[in-house]
Amino acid sequence: MDIASKNPDLIVAGAGNAALCAAIEAAEAGMDVLMLEAAPKPYRGGNSRHTRNFRCMHDAPISTLSGAYGEKEYLADLLRVTNGETDEELARIAIRGSEKALPWMEAHGVVFQNSLSGTLSLERTNAFFLGGGKALVNAYHNTAEDLGVTVAYGAEVRRVHLDGDRFTGVTARVGGAELDIPARGAVLASGGFQADIDWLASAWGEAARNFLIRGTPYNRGVVLRDMLDKGARSVGDPTQCHAVAIDGRAPKFDGGIVTRLDCVPFSIVVNRHGERFHDEGEDVWPKHYAIWGRLVAAQPDQVAYAIIDAKAADDFMPTVHPPETADTIGGLARKMGLPPEAVEKTVAEYNAACRPGTFDGGDLDGLSTAGVDPPKTNWARPITDPPFAGYALRPGVTFTYLGLKVGPDARVRSNSRPYANIWAAGEIMAGSILGQGYLAGFGMTIGTVFGRIAGREAARVLSSRRNGGTHA
Amino acid sequence: MLDEPPTATPLEEARRQVRICNACRYCEGYCAVFPSMFSRRSFADADLSQLAQLCHNCRGCHYACQYTEPHEFALNLPAALADLRAEDQIRLAWPSGLAGVFQRSGVAMAAAMAAGTAILFLAVAALPGDGPGFYSHLSHAAMVAIFTPAFLFPLAALWVALRRYWREVGGGRTTLSHWRDASLAAATLRNLSGGAAKGCNFEKGDRYSQARRHAHSAAMWGFLLCFASTASGTILHYLFDWPAPYPFLSPPKLLGVPGGILLTAGAAALAVLKLKSDSKLGSESAWGGEMAFTLLLCFTGLSGLALYAATGTVLVAPLLAAHLGLVLTLFLTLPWSKMAHGFFRFAALLRDAQRKSP
Repeated sequence: MDIASKNPDLIVAGAGNAALCAAIEAAEAGMDVLMLEAAPKPYRGGNSRHTRNFRCMHDAPISTLSGAYGEKEYLADLLRVTNGETDEELARIAIRGSEKALPWMEAHGVVFQNSLSGTLSLERTNAFFLGGGKALVNAYHNTAEDLGVTVAYGAEVRRVHLDGDRFTGVTARVGGAELDIPARGAVLASGGFQADIDWLASAWGEAARNFLIRGTPYNRGVVLRDMLDKGARSVGDPTQCHAVAIDGRAPKFDGGIVTRLDCVPFSIVVNRHGERFHDEGEDVWPKHYAIWGRLVAAQPDQVAYAIIDAKAADDFMPTVHPPETADTIGGLARKMGLPPEAVEKTVAEYNAACRPGTFDGGDLDGLSTAGVDPPKTNWARPITDPPFAGYALRPGVTFTYLGLKVGPDARVRSNSRPYANIWAAGEIMAGSILGQGYLAGFGMTIGTVFGRIAGREAARVLSSRRNGGTHA
Repeated sequence: MLDEPPTATPLEEARRQVRICNACRYCEGYCAVFPSMFSRRSFADADLSQLAQLCHNCRGCHYACQYTEPHEFALNLPAALADLRAEDQIRLAWPSGLAGVFQRSGVAMAAAMAAGTAILFLAVAALPGDGPGFYSHLSHAAMVAIFTPAFLFPLAALWVALRRYWREVGGGRTTLSHWRDASLAAATLRNLSGGAAKGCNFEKGDRYSQARRHAHSAAMWGFLLCFASTASGTILHYLFDWPAPYPFLSPPKLLGVPGGILLTAGAAALAVLKLKSDSKLGSESAWGGEMAFTLLLCFTGLSGLALYAATGTVLVAPLLAAHLGLVLTLFLTLPWSKMAHGFFRFAALLRDAQRKSP
């Protein structure tokens, strides 16, 4: 495809959920749309490939969702995880938009399934994509293709061209060559910067080089950095990323969902020196995996080891990698490269601190230790029954918070005012709403709602200008 | 372990992939394979065999998978299960050597077709006719003498294979509700529906299509109607002393003509869809045998219709020989050809019904 000779109305940087929603809305409004996707086709769709659900407001049962989930409850859930680090106006737009978005998604090819086994807590609030996020990405790409949207793969936007507050085109690297592509407007939906390890290391410190990246290696934040360098207003803490504790043997990039490791509450976790460092039983895992991302990041070499015995072997979701196993604690420590005496001592101290009581893996059971520091305040059973099993844990980065500030119309702003014809959607602007923490399925909500807004607004502004009108 | 290239045996490769799937679970809604898989934490050989026979190769899971190549996990579950399915059907067949030939080799199937047809040409030429219609070319007694053993022996062989399968996968006593659930799943091809979606991801890549489900339904129901037609003729012949030829308004014709049309059209459509689909998402080693079998079904239906259309012409003798030759081939190779998949699949559906409500 000769994209250099294309003269599109709208360039969309990225090809994940937010980018596709924008492209579809703009194309349905008559825009000629060119999507520039940095990844090759099999990896298209950024981190949307790894998602699985969409948090949706609803006043009555809708599609696969039961009961009701109102704006007030939704916003309260959001404020709880972000500790108030939220632009409430934008948050309400995302929340309200989600209810209308769900039937729109179905009409544009997305198929939902009942909430997956083991996700009962989300069955009222989150609609699950049949087959997960890649199936959603495929469905939207088919819809976009039918609408005449052009997608260039392996086409990374390197620079955005501005004339004052006006976008004029981009420079993209396509197959090793740099191409200038003019266009009348742009939607920037190319994700965060978590795959740029140097950037992560400069923001977080050298320890970040040992982090695993759970999602795509193509979210390198090139567009984000270029816009910030050109004076776009930013939101979100530039030093922060959302990291969770995952299987330490996961691939450096793109391990996705299967690298989750939810054995921590039923284990004790030691660092490289064989010492415990935090209460493993503080809370249920879905509320705690992010805290453990930070805890592990603070340990030597950014690695930790969860140790369980035979009693706990079936208490958590199956893992993609089998654990190391041994019939003695010392043997297990040696297999994992830990000092055996130190680990034996830690386990013995912990076991001695365990007290009788009833274990309940499904809820906070109050089965806690006494006289060991740190304590384990739930699920504290002695580790006594061979075979013993061990899993390495490392921090896995899900996304970064730094992004572009947008208004309710998804328009990107410079420090003085909005750009005339640049919009943003998805992870690149999610920091406006999700300034801290994470709420399951909310990234897809932000991407879908603001992607649609960005596409519609771009079409409205660009077509009124084409018709001789002026833009707002 | 996970980043080794897939050079393992079908069983090892299926185990490697299923372990990854079981940690992900995004595909739960597509078909019966996933709830069955997710009910376990570890997988014995027979558990994997059961998953392989349950898989209908709709491919929805593959196109939805974030771990397909070039990802280092290199998942291709439809192909892994198809390879294991073919291997198991060969391993469990009795005698298994024949299955190895007919499942894998399109050339062998074609040779069998030629041989079957040749036998019938010789029979028609050598044996005396006796009666009206096509019996004037080959007597009823000769047909019975040829087809009774050609029907009963393969069924007995198939029975041996299915018993082996049932034992391996730990099947127990079945109830009426198990049979009802399995029959409903088979009759509607529930597992080609894509769950909540609109069919398979087969001939149009990641786009959903009902074409394969419809084509397979036509071929399956067409075959069953043709079988019912023959059975009704046998009943009329022996119980009602009403031998062939039958008029159009008679059970054999009313079942056989629509059956033949459905079988011919369905099998032809399946062959076309197979050509359009990505062969890497099935068992590549079994492709030739599968295609030859599909064409055999198509030619069997077509020759039957042609025979009826040629009534009263000089073409009856050669068409009779051709049609009966193809039917003979179909039956004689039944336990060792792609045809066996229907029986194994039903056994797997029955076993799955049992798992869901023991």
